[in-house]
Amino acid sequence: MDDVNGAPTPAGPELNARLEFELNLYYQMKLIRAFEDRVSRLHRQNKILGGVYSGAGQEAIVTGICSALRPGDFVAPLHRDLGVFLMMGVDPGRLMAQLMGKENGLSRGKDSFLHGGDLEHGIFGSTSMLGSSLPIAVGAALKFQIKREKQVAVAFFGEGAASRGDVHEAMNFAGVRRLPVIFVCENNRFAYSTPLEKQMAIEDVAARAEAYGFKGHVVSGNDLLAVVQIAERVIGRTRDGGGPALIECKTYRYRGHSEHDPALYRDKEELLEWQSRDPIPRYEFYLEKRGHDVRHVREQIDERTRQVVQAAVDFAENDAFPEPQEALEDLYAPPAGPANLNGRS
Amino acid sequence: MEVTYLAAINQALHEEMRRDENVFVMGEDVAELGGAFKVTEGLLEAFGEDRVIDTPISEALIVGAGVGAAVLGMRPVVEMQFSDFISCAFDQIVNSAATLRYRHGGRAACPLVIRAPSGAGIHGALFHSQNPEAWFTRVPGLKVVAPATAYDAKGLLKAAIRDNNPVVYFEHKRLYRSVREDLPEGEFVVPIGVAELRQEGRDLSVITYGGTVHQVLDAARILDKEDKVSVEVLDLRTLLPLDREAILATARKTGKVLVVHEDRLTGGIGGEIAALIAEHAFDALDAPVRRLAALDTHTAFSPPLEEYILPNTNKIVEALRSLAAY
Ligand SMILES: Cc1ncc(C[n+]2csc(CCOP(=O)(O)OP(=O)(O)O)c2C)c(N)n1
Repeated sequence: MDDVNGAPTPAGPELNARLEFELNLYYQMKLIRAFEDRVSRLHRQNKILGGVYSGAGQEAIVTGICSALRPGDFVAPLHRDLGVFLMMGVDPGRLMAQLMGKENGLSRGKDSFLHGGDLEHGIFGSTSMLGSSLPIAVGAALKFQIKREKQVAVAFFGEGAASRGDVHEAMNFAGVRRLPVIFVCENNRFAYSTPLEKQMAIEDVAARAEAYGFKGHVVSGNDLLAVVQIAERVIGRTRDGGGPALIECKTYRYRGHSEHDPALYRDKEELLEWQSRDPIPRYEFYLEKRGHDVRHVREQIDERTRQVVQAAVDFAENDAFPEPQEALEDLYAPPAGPANLNGRS
Repeated sequence: MEVTYLAAINQALHEEMRRDENVFVMGEDVAELGGAFKVTEGLLEAFGEDRVIDTPISEALIVGAGVGAAVLGMRPVVEMQFSDFISCAFDQIVNSAATLRYRHGGRAACPLVIRAPSGAGIHGALFHSQNPEAWFTRVPGLKVVAPATAYDAKGLLKAAIRDNNPVVYFEHKRLYRSVREDLPEGEFVVPIGVAELRQEGRDLSVITYGGTVHQVLDAARILDKEDKVSVEVLDLRTLLPLDREAILATARKTGKVLVVHEDRLTGGIGGEIAALIAEHAFDALDAPVRRLAALDTHTAFSPPLEEYILPNTNKIVEALRSLAAY
């Protein structure tokens, strides 16, 4: 990342690299928050249509997990994981154009919100059918296994999606073949209006992993440092042939299920309680302990994220809508020859 | 009292649950929240947790458990939060439910209703805009309905709940709050399998259902006013079984038929209707049967694409003018 003033006193090169990595994660998490706040606002202004699902409050999860991924890895985000796109290096302008249904959006106006994936950055565009991306991540992992590639596949899913049969089928097969896949559950305690206790008779989704023959880990999804640590350890192990794993991140969503939802079914106290565990100040506290001048760092980073988000909005607003006839394109790949599977010509 | 399409469905649920204690409602977010669209609002308060059940996100379970309860004499009304997710329950519908009576040699029944909010035109994109009716209208053992008015929404749901067979009930999201009408005070049902002439006409027939009925009626008014062409409008209301008599009668009467639906063209119900007419009323035709439907692509998100794909009043007017000129 760019130089950030206010760094702590010099140390060895390894520590310096680590400090830089950690500061970059702070920037990424702040960028996700700023980007999504802007998306919510754009939705209220009718500049983004359709369903918008904010991940506010859950940013540490995608930030931490994706920080352990490498080029060539495969990731299937859930409907709230806009942050995955930013973490994996998708251009913020194109991402914003995607949300607005513009020509330079990832799906070129075809689909809404996060459904347009970006395989060039390892991102699979999931459908709306909750849980259906887990078997797909398993298929990606199967490819890595067959080809002896040191890559991993990651599938994010909500605890709500965990009730679907697809999730069971995916985990079972991953266990049988010891595939390089990591299932990341973002347990935010609600599936739309349905609280955890109406979805499952256990507290931890991670407990199910054992029944599939691999390990389930529970971590605070609001603690970026903790997510980073477990991601490095668990993903590293899977990458080295250790087989699948399940990481359950306990968290809470701040906004409604979608921007249309006032979330009246939730206890205000509970929301307050979780907001007091916000991942951003928590990580700032860590940075401070590391010796950073946090106020200074925050000011700089806020200015930088503001600029990035504004540039993304400008790009997307100036981008054209696709031509109507394009509705009939992209249904089929060319019938033969070396297909450009990932990108477009 | 003037009632929206949405409120009409809600009334039908209240009335049928009061009438028959075996009727119960099950689905995602149907109880506490009253459904994603508020269709089941007030049911939990009125009938309690035993009869208004929030489930996990498990469509196969929702339908499968509905079949299990139905076969023992309950009358479950289960909800797919969006009809798009009905694909996740496909096996339980087309195999478990639809073949149940047949494979039990006529000694069992499956009185199950599957409600499915369907339809496009609300920027729902690929997975919140689908019209999956034609996946089901070729499955013997199922009944499929798709009301277009508040009266039919209420009457058909009541008929579906009382029916001893699995009924897939498609309710169009765009109509929820845009369609309203006065409903009679007393009890009424709308029989399954009977189409309704929305408007009599002499020159052309339009056969349609669900979300496009109102667009067709608007187009018919334009043709009447601007072209002095008289259009007959047949609302199918039930898609399986089709009201063959009503379809053939209007075809014979005007000799020119346009079929309109929001579902895609290829493999849509329009093809079945055109075939029926060609087989049984060919001699009465003055023009080939025409179809206007969503284009053969996915329901894209970006407004200009969505507009291009879906039928609308202007496109229907054009199609009618072209058919009139044939
Ligand atoms: C198969 C399927 N059923 C229903 C829905 C409608 N739906 C969208 S998100 C959602 C709740 C999801 O909860 P969870 O998986 O916990 O993720 P969260 O939204 O809490 O992040 C529901 C019911 C869907 N998208 N897919």
